[in-house]
Amino acid sequence: MANLASNFIGIKSPNPFWLASAPPTDKEVNVRRAFEAGWGGVVWKTLGSEGPPVVNVNGPRYGAIWGADRRLLGLNNIELITDRPLEVNLREIKSVKRDYPDRALIISLMVPCDEDSWKDILSRIEDTGADGVELNFGCPHGMAERGMGSAVGQVPEYIEMVTRWVKKHSRMPCIVKLTPNITDVRKPAEAAKRGGADAVSLINTINSITSVDLDDFAPEPTIDGKGTHGGYCGPAVKPIALNMVAEIARNPVTAGLPISGIGGVTTWRDAAEFMALGAGNVQVCTAAMTYGFKVVQEMISGLSDYMDRKGFTSTADLVGRAVPNVTDWQFLNLNYVTKAHIDQDACIKCGRCYIACEDTSHQAIEMGPGRTFTVKDEECVACNLCVNVCPVENCITMVEMPKGKVDPRTGVPVGDYANWTMHPNNPSSQAAE
Amino acid sequence: MSNSQLTPGIVPARLPAATYADNFADHEPPFDVHEARVAADRCYFCHDAPCMTACPTSIDIPLFIRQIATGTPDAAAKTILSQNILGGMCARVCPTETLCEEACVRETAEGKPVEIGRLQRYATDVLMAKGVHPFTRAAATGKRVAVVGAGPSGLACAHRLAMKGHDVTVLERRPKPGGLNEYGIATYKATDDFAQREVEWLLKIGGITVKNGVTLGKDVVLADLMADYDAVFLGIGLAGVNALRAAGEDLPGVQNAVDFIADLRQAEDRAAVPVGRDVVVIGGGMTAVDAAVQSKLLGAENVTIVYRRGRDKMSASGYEQEHATQTGVRIIYGAAPVRVTGTGKAEAVEFAYTEDTPEGLKLKSETFTLKADQVFKAIGQTLAGVPDGITIAAGKLPRNPAPKLWCGGDCALGGEDLTVTAVAEGRDAAEEIHVALMGTAG
Repeated sequence: MANLASNFIGIKSPNPFWLASAPPTDKEVNVRRAFEAGWGGVVWKTLGSEGPPVVNVNGPRYGAIWGADRRLLGLNNIELITDRPLEVNLREIKSVKRDYPDRALIISLMVPCDEDSWKDILSRIEDTGADGVELNFGCPHGMAERGMGSAVGQVPEYIEMVTRWVKKHSRMPCIVKLTPNITDVRKPAEAAKRGGADAVSLINTINSITSVDLDDFAPEPTIDGKGTHGGYCGPAVKPIALNMVAEIARNPVTAGLPISGIGGVTTWRDAAEFMALGAGNVQVCTAAMTYGFKVVQEMISGLSDYMDRKGFTSTADLVGRAVPNVTDWQFLNLNYVTKAHIDQDACIKCGRCYIACEDTSHQAIEMGPGRTFTVKDEECVACNLCVNVCPVENCITMVEMPKGKVDPRTGVPVGDYANWTMHPNNPSSQAAE
Repeated sequence: MSNSQLTPGIVPARLPAATYADNFADHEPPFDVHEARVAADRCYFCHDAPCMTACPTSIDIPLFIRQIATGTPDAAAKTILSQNILGGMCARVCPTETLCEEACVRETAEGKPVEIGRLQRYATDVLMAKGVHPFTRAAATGKRVAVVGAGPSGLACAHRLAMKGHDVTVLERRPKPGGLNEYGIATYKATDDFAQREVEWLLKIGGITVKNGVTLGKDVVLADLMADYDAVFLGIGLAGVNALRAAGEDLPGVQNAVDFIADLRQAEDRAAVPVGRDVVVIGGGMTAVDAAVQSKLLGAENVTIVYRRGRDKMSASGYEQEHATQTGVRIIYGAAPVRVTGTGKAEAVEFAYTEDTPEGLKLKSETFTLKADQVFKAIGQTLAGVPDGITIAAGKLPRNPAPKLWCGGDCALGGEDLTVTAVAEGRDAAEEIHVALMGTAG
């Protein structure tokens, strides 16, 4: 079994799977159960300033979308930060950390945008023995209306300012949690780095309305006939999160800045993908909220098996391994030619590839007698839609054409690497000649 | 009464009274909402779907399943019923395992097809439970059509004609409409008087008058119908039964399986239906299976189906055969009856083993004998009561033997003798009649 031990910005945990700051980490009882189940770390649900705690709605606070057989694909919430007194949370944090010294315990924070508020809370946190803090600049609902959460995360100058205060008033490692509700995620990441952050974590949840009640004409979740946008998470957001992680990992300004990957991690494979794109560890919430804490056991065994297969002796061997392969469109090899190929033995003859290609793509699949489906190489642009709609994995594959062979679609032999910057149709490339 | 499974002879009440309700309960319970959604999720919405091609009525199966999946079973039912007005009964009795579900790509992929039949039942049940009839009649055309036979083909024809604005009179020789749906289907496949409820629902379209107890050739003749109506449709089924052509066939205790099935369907009290201790069913179709299984359910001790050819030739599907054997019926393949023996009543049947040769089926010299106080003949039905002037081809009526005259269902050429095929033929005949009467398909 591979060694999954993780050292993220000096915070050690037996594995790289942390529970994200969220409902599962709001109370001692939950966090103890999580550690017993095997989670490597926990980011305690966001604490606010001392005083009367926030209140939550008393109607539904989650909405969802489902796939086949009601598999939960996306979850949305309008829950706020912890609604329990600060003292209770601090006492419980101290108690848990004392009993689980080998696990990572990070405290998520969200207080008003003034230096004293941050200074006060940080001193309280240090007394608990927690391993670090995560600045919640991400929550898109409720708290943002009060100038916190994503309201801060959407202004890079504020991120830098607050991060600087945190680093000034605390020696604890500091992770800045970013909101995806922004045009270019590199800007807030750069601001966090300028402010002295030890790491960034992303993504927080995405502004969303999951559905509309078509009898009451109200967005879900509905509170007394009204709804508000919530924060979207779960498997559905993973592709958005992966891209944002990669953007930060390959940005020269932030390259090397540790990243804690968040967004729809449900299996070991999801975690490995985040890590390959530069995340030093991952944080999980929706998978635990859907299946309970035990899911971490599959993540641990799966990642371990994968690392063994690959010969990786530590997670560091995996982290960032795919980053060099993330590039701009303009650098993609335009002379890389593939053609779809349908394995007739695996084909179950549903015809989905055919109708998708015929109706919406390039009319490159032929439907023959006996419902045999074959690719017309002279029409196939290798768009991959047939692969994506085929219900049988690996029935349709994209086969690379060897160099020198004539592409029957273009009549041109497959050539050496050449990208858009070198292409004759590119006005810029011609101007350069 | 103190009869048991061991009581000799053909007697009623072999089982404790409470057993009958269980034995003749719904063979395959209906889906609830959740089960339907889960089953519907498995459909791949295939292009030019093989299931649809396999359906004799060409129901748009991927569309109706998608409508179930998206929470609109009423729309799903309308999709089904617009192609097959007896979609409710077909959902119960179709051999889906040799039609749509055999063609399902998930049968290919996983050996487990989408449960199309049960989904169809779910959708049609939901709609019918509301008492809704989703079709309305076109403006009256003033044309009048006679339909002979209120079985699946006649009812499908009548409904389509009524929908097109024609007035339809349906003449049925039996006391109740429904044909084989009412008299020929195993009791556990259409419980709770479904056949009659479906007919009542179908007639809500309006414009259809059903006259029961009217026999063609006795109470009315075809020539008069042809003269009185603008068109005539014959859906008279197969009223004759093939003979065994074996000695002892006339002994008491030897009976047509179709009559047994009909009597059981019509019985107020299943326990009152007499059944033998040792039952032998001769034949290899669904009638044989239905008679055998129900004999077992009535408490017969030993029930054996004997079929003259091999398993693969048997017209009852593999699923039906399995159902029979699971119920406790024994199936003997490759044997044909030589004689029924007994003193004053059937006591045993002697069989000879058979051999399938290029020259046809031959009896071998080796024989065996089965005890039998009740023998059911289920070796096929034949056309009977054909009106004068129609030339029969291959034992069946042509589909359009004369101007103004159409035929469909089991009595007519084309397709298998299935409820769903009969519906398709009745519906298509109605479309042709409409064109003939109006000069346009509109």
